[in-house]
Amino acid sequence: MNLADRSGTAAEALKSGLKEGEFELIVQKIGRNPTFTELAMFSGMWSEHCSYKNSILLLKNLYCESDRLLAQRGEENAGALRISDKHAVVFKIESHNHPSAIEPYQGAATGVGGIMRDVFTMGARPLVSLNSLRFGMPDQPANRHLMREAVRGIGNYGNSLGIPCAGGEIYFHNSYAKNPLVNAMTVGIADMGGLASARASGIGNLVLYVGAKTGRDGIHGASFASKNLSSQSVEERSAVQVGDPFMEKLLMEATLECIKSGLVVAIQDMGAAGLLSSSSEMSASGGVGMDLHLEKVPAREEAMEPFEYLLSESQERMLLIVEPSSLEKITAIFTKWELDCAQIGIITDTKHLRVYHHEKLFADLPSRLLTVNSDGAPRYKRETKKPAVGQMRPELENLETFHNALRNPKNGKLENLISDMVSHPNFASRLPVYEQYDTDIGGMRIIGPGHNGGLYKVPGTKQGIAVTSDGNSFYVAIDPYKGAQHTVAESYRNIIATGADPLGISNCLNFANPYIPENYYFFEQAVTGMSDAAQALKIPVTGGNVSFYNESDDGPVLPTPTIGMVGLIDDVDKSCGINLEPEMEIYLTGFFKPTVGCSQYVFNNTGKFNPVLPELNLQDEMNVGRAVREAIQSAIVSAAIDLSLGGLMMALLRMIFASFRNKYGENKYGKKDSACPGFVFDRDAIETAVKKLNLSVDNFFWGESAHSYLLATKDSRNFETLMSKRQIPFLKTGIVKENNSLLDLCPTTVNLQKLYSDYNNGLAKFF
Amino acid sequence: MSVSNLKAGILYFPGTNCETDLVNTLNQRYGMRTELLWHTESFPVDHDIYFVPGGFSYGDYLRSGALAARSASIRSLKEAANKNIMIVGICNGFQILTEAGLLPGALIRNENLKHICKWVDLQADGSWAKRIHQPFQWPISHSEGNFTASSEEIKKLKDEDRIIFRYPENVNGSTENIAGITDSSGRIIGLMPHPERALNETKDYSYTKNSSGDYFFKNLFQMI
Repeated sequence: MNLADRSGTAAEALKSGLKEGEFELIVQKIGRNPTFTELAMFSGMWSEHCSYKNSILLLKNLYCESDRLLAQRGEENAGALRISDKHAVVFKIESHNHPSAIEPYQGAATGVGGIMRDVFTMGARPLVSLNSLRFGMPDQPANRHLMREAVRGIGNYGNSLGIPCAGGEIYFHNSYAKNPLVNAMTVGIADMGGLASARASGIGNLVLYVGAKTGRDGIHGASFASKNLSSQSVEERSAVQVGDPFMEKLLMEATLECIKSGLVVAIQDMGAAGLLSSSSEMSASGGVGMDLHLEKVPAREEAMEPFEYLLSESQERMLLIVEPSSLEKITAIFTKWELDCAQIGIITDTKHLRVYHHEKLFADLPSRLLTVNSDGAPRYKRETKKPAVGQMRPELENLETFHNALRNPKNGKLENLISDMVSHPNFASRLPVYEQYDTDIGGMRIIGPGHNGGLYKVPGTKQGIAVTSDGNSFYVAIDPYKGAQHTVAESYRNIIATGADPLGISNCLNFANPYIPENYYFFEQAVTGMSDAAQALKIPVTGGNVSFYNESDDGPVLPTPTIGMVGLIDDVDKSCGINLEPEMEIYLTGFFKPTVGCSQYVFNNTGKFNPVLPELNLQDEMNVGRAVREAIQSAIVSAAIDLSLGGLMMALLRMIFASFRNKYGENKYGKKDSACPGFVFDRDAIETAVKKLNLSVDNFFWGESAHSYLLATKDSRNFETLMSKRQIPFLKTGIVKENNSLLDLCPTTVNLQKLYSDYNNGLAKFF
Repeated sequence: MSVSNLKAGILYFPGTNCETDLVNTLNQRYGMRTELLWHTESFPVDHDIYFVPGGFSYGDYLRSGALAARSASIRSLKEAANKNIMIVGICNGFQILTEAGLLPGALIRNENLKHICKWVDLQADGSWAKRIHQPFQWPISHSEGNFTASSEEIKKLKDEDRIIFRYPENVNGSTENIAGITDSSGRIIGLMPHPERALNETKDYSYTKNSSGDYFFKNLFQMI
């Protein structure tokens, strides 16, 4: 072996982000000192971001059983589940937090680009995208800037690519001020049999580089994402990649055309750690070797060093393995789309990744030593330590603010109280966000953003894919195990409320420095809780990503596991939205066991919360879910919403606000000439229920509960029969009235027009 | 002539992303034959109607539509215009037609400098006001839909009744609330809203029959 490169040193290993002892581990594994280039390769591939070294042992245990499963978790670029004999759904959620903290526009945009590539590299055409966002409170200019720019970045990238956004979520808490979270999800549809693999094979096959040219941008992006953000992070802006959605659109069309032609042996996009990760992962998973000749890589900068070629995170690039006989046809496709397509290497039987630059050998390493799925990269189980539990404040459970306002209708407090809730950034209309995203392109929209979850048709069929992304970091911070279970349960309810059947989970785990035992405790508990919930609800976790080191000089962010869930409905005509019509009756349905002490209602009103989460029984959750889906699919229920943050009151108001109409029945988004249906609470029924359930009035209206929905029906007899048969509790809360825009809380009446305008302005005023 | 005997030519460019929606609409909904026309080559002008669909041709990094307007296929499209064949540009297609000089004016950044995607009120004028109650709603989705033109051009558009669609409530800053115009013959049409996205029932009540884009396509077919 004639390595042309000088040796790397232990000091350089530490500087490049490797941990204490890892340099020695490298020397031990390869039996010699690594070259400088090899060391750079280890620093990228053994970074937290690529190696999952502090999480993989826990992630391996995540529940993942389904007879629909088409890809083993972690082995392909995204999860894939069969939805019919003809089609598969391919989906994944991923974080792009650190880049977005420094450069929110590009960070968020390239986050979208990366997750889109993960999906179309599997041979699936993206159907919809979603995003979960976390920022500090938007009344601070710096937080507002991050929010506006991240939203603009997501919008411009996705719109340009032509993939509709089906929704997502946004939540504000000051722990995210300097470390916002940007999690992006893409859901695509592939033909069965048309799925591409990332496993390289075929000795003598060619390694093709396609897409954008390589520059020095994003070098060490993976290791940048594997440490805490600090005031120095701004200096590392060059670690943030720059996106070009136009290039991505060309790459997507060319890639899908190539995969469809059947000429692609294996394919993977170049994401974190760029060419290095794709080449080492593809060769390792295929059990083959790969020779790369870096001078053949299309470059847009001069005199790049071998490690720069390898680690560059320039966007919109793919690595393809093809048979030599296919070269001409593949090249023709990329030429049509005006993209570079260069042969940069060859598959060998050495099982080594050998890196040449102008015929000189710079690295010669067994591929499996670099990657996570073999026994290469180190795996650690970190120490955990349970932090002290906060103090219980019984007075929060017995708050009577709302109850008093109800009893004293004349002082105007009632309206103010509701207004404060609906205009709070965590509850106000998300329209100013998703108005910047194309939601209609593709013509598959059945339910767009702003409802329970999105529902988009599978092209050419009657099937629909329901999608949602949820996180409840507030709950997870209180109790990580149960909080994560609540998060899964909420996603489950979101999918159920569209009428669809929950099918699969992708997760994005946003946590702080794993080397601090308290942080790792949250991580371990949340992963275990999520897995147990997935198992109880029988929904496989098909993949996702982990983002550690989400903290700044001000401390860690709230622990935030985000759940991306997809569901399936065989006939979209049998789905339902949340819109109300006069004469519907609304039933509170399910095992309603609210808690108000840890609710957003109490937190918003008092700034305090209790460290006890609402009760959660996953068997109950599933029983209710099945009955609700049955009621929707049999058209007994024509509008449904699940209870989550803000409880019954917020769920009801969201249904009402979604139902503003003009005189032609058109959705008017709060224009002057529009009105919404009124709603009259059934006072006797509610008083009885409050007594029977032994709840405070505040808890009944604003407390948060699992396994509960509001269901609207014009067929109350059949509804009650069905729910009784399924042994699901229900309570008729009231009736929807003509378009008088009045909420009658008996005896107090509130005007909904003003509340609706507050709801619309709550977040809009920060854009 | 029955629609199924007609053939539409649909021009597309690198970065165009609404061509499939149009093909599906024309083909599957109305039974019209369609042909996709790639930008690198001129084409024989033997279609009954041409569409320039929406998207981000060439990434819209220069002025929207500016690069597409200089491609080989647009040269053929100009030939079609000379032969008085109908041409419809939607969204980016409208931008391309103005850049190609087939329609007057230009479309600049929205007044709020943001991308706007929503269903908006529209008012149709002249012959386009038939068979639709006013106002109706179609979705828009653009960053650069703010129509502007010289005062002489605007006067001419008004005098000749060539403003066919307006926003009753100005959503993007367009001069005279313009959402769609025609050339002097009335046979070259450009509009920012997407009637092809207002055809399918949804469960979120964004679509209503009153606002169906069906009316737009049926009017077009009558004019062929």
